[in-house]
Amino acid sequence: MDVAAIAKEIKRDDLRQMYYYLRLTRAVEDRITALYRQGRIVGGVYTSHGMEAIAVGYASALERDDVIAPFHRDMGVFLIRGFAPGEILAQYLGKRTGPSKGKDGNVHMGDLKRGVFGFVSHLADNLPVAAGAALAFKMRGESRVVFTGTGDGGTSRGDFHEAMNFAAVRKLPIVFFCNNNQYAYSTPIRLQMAIPNVVDRAKAYGMPGEIVDGNDVAAVYLAAKQAIGRARAGEGPTFLEFKTMRMHGHSEHDPAKYVPRELLEEWKKKDPILRAEQLLKQLGYGEEAYFQEVAERVKDEVESGVEFAEQSPLPEGPEVLEGVFAQSAGSY
Amino acid sequence: MTTETMQKRQEVTYLEAISQALDEEMAQDERVFLMGEDIGTYGGAFKITEGFLQKYGEWRVLDTPLAESGFVGAAIGAAMMGLRPVVEMQFADFISCAFDSECPEGWFFHSPGLKLVAPSTPYDAKGLLKAAIRDPNPVIYFEHKFLYRRIKSFLPEEDFVVPLGKADVKRAGGDISVITYGAMVHLALEAAQTLANEGIDLEVVDLRTLMPLDKEAIYSSVRKTSKAILLHEDNKTGGIGAEIAAMLAEDCFDCLDGPILRIAPPDTPVPFSPPLEEFFLPKTSDIVSAARKLAAY
Repeated sequence: MDVAAIAKEIKRDDLRQMYYYLRLTRAVEDRITALYRQGRIVGGVYTSHGMEAIAVGYASALERDDVIAPFHRDMGVFLIRGFAPGEILAQYLGKRTGPSKGKDGNVHMGDLKRGVFGFVSHLADNLPVAAGAALAFKMRGESRVVFTGTGDGGTSRGDFHEAMNFAAVRKLPIVFFCNNNQYAYSTPIRLQMAIPNVVDRAKAYGMPGEIVDGNDVAAVYLAAKQAIGRARAGEGPTFLEFKTMRMHGHSEHDPAKYVPRELLEEWKKKDPILRAEQLLKQLGYGEEAYFQEVAERVKDEVESGVEFAEQSPLPEGPEVLEGVFAQSAGSY
Repeated sequence: MTTETMQKRQEVTYLEAISQALDEEMAQDERVFLMGEDIGTYGGAFKITEGFLQKYGEWRVLDTPLAESGFVGAAIGAAMMGLRPVVEMQFADFISCAFDSECPEGWFFHSPGLKLVAPSTPYDAKGLLKAAIRDPNPVIYFEHKFLYRRIKSFLPEEDFVVPLGKADVKRAGGDISVITYGAMVHLALEAAQTLANEGIDLEVVDLRTLMPLDKEAIYSSVRKTSKAILLHEDNKTGGIGAEIAAMLAEDCFDCLDGPILRIAPPDTPVPFSPPLEEFFLPKTSDIVSAARKLAAY
């Protein structure tokens, strides 16, 4: 993107804040991966490594009372919505202090009070639910927006179609995105769909769509901001295709030998954190000392998070019986 | 309501009663709204919502696209935002387009026309899969991922099948029948060893096929031992064990010397954290204590 245009559209502090969240996301997930390799994580680990700019960019573009139904590679969303690294690490360790209190694991977490819907493994299942939240906003005449999305593979599912269609028919205040990281587990996009760009699907729903550089946090932020503005103005849903690359395996147990090494080398140069640093330097918003300071701050936050998570108790067996039914209706 | 005032009112049909409930709830609570196929302009496939569109408008009586998973999901999202959606499925058959289950054998068990198998050993895994492929019916084959790499055995070199609908006694015993399947078979065998030291002789019946159930094998074991424990990972209420308990009560009542006991997880979603999972899943010690209790009869 044009640096001058970015300077005009994004405030210095907002951009620096996004940079901080990119670093925090990477640091939290790197720590989770390290714990996984030590055999201390219960269950699987799915990261947003190399794709951090998507969640950080779009979550930063939303207002606080907007709602997010995230995808499984959207760690930045949780951090931006105030889930402390310690809470997140506790979730991965199966501790009582995690958002699901040990009832569920890894990225299967959410909190209605913070406007983040829980994620389930069935990809694109979050989209109809998100459309329902947007329906509630529209019915009540609130100027709130929902942001949701899935991966390239998830767009093959019926739920994707059902939600996109319903939202378009009812002109709901919602933004859909696709994190196109080119692989659905081991399946490359050419075996997933016969169209060159996922965004082509938007036309079928009478919805505007846009291709966005998913590794450029400023581009993600600005595209999200515009789509959110449309939704808030009552102009209906938008579909954003964030082009990126999955730099790790599907999960941390997957060495992803099916991904050509050259492709990874090529995308390594487009790392979103490197890109953000370059941008901050170009704009005169940051230099080495600042980057170092962010790195230190992030390191401290993650380490105290690990300490919190490790010292947290595991739940007691009979706690599984709690919370099966709600005592009262929650809301956000 | 007094009998007199009831008499002044008109009699209502079952359908009208449903319609009244919806209407009254919508009138008194503006959060309540309806979603479903053909419920607006058309008034519903069975006319339950006739006139609702005119009365409440198209944002409280939503005609949806033909997409159950989409509108059930949307109802969940709207409810999370504080609304009270009521979703009409039009026909109960379509609800299967809109749900997921973590321990699904119970669901399929209640769907006539499907055969269900759940092997516990490599021999049965291979033989049942071949039989399933050769069977002219739809067969749902449940592989147990806990067992994938935990057990080994030698298999015949020649072609073989394990016939569908045939249970297998994995351990013969005279005192108590443990009727089970899948990974729980191994738990029962472990418990049987412990109990053998106390002089309690368990018989372990591996169902292998859950639908159709091998009634003969179940009955002949229980007729021999007169006592039954039903063990499974499917949750307890309305589970497969409940069906077998009912069958035994109907057909083997005379031969029972003690209560039919069920060992199964509680009615909660499958938990994640190890202590919760440990509490949730049946344990060898559960079988041992159930068997001791039954042995006293």
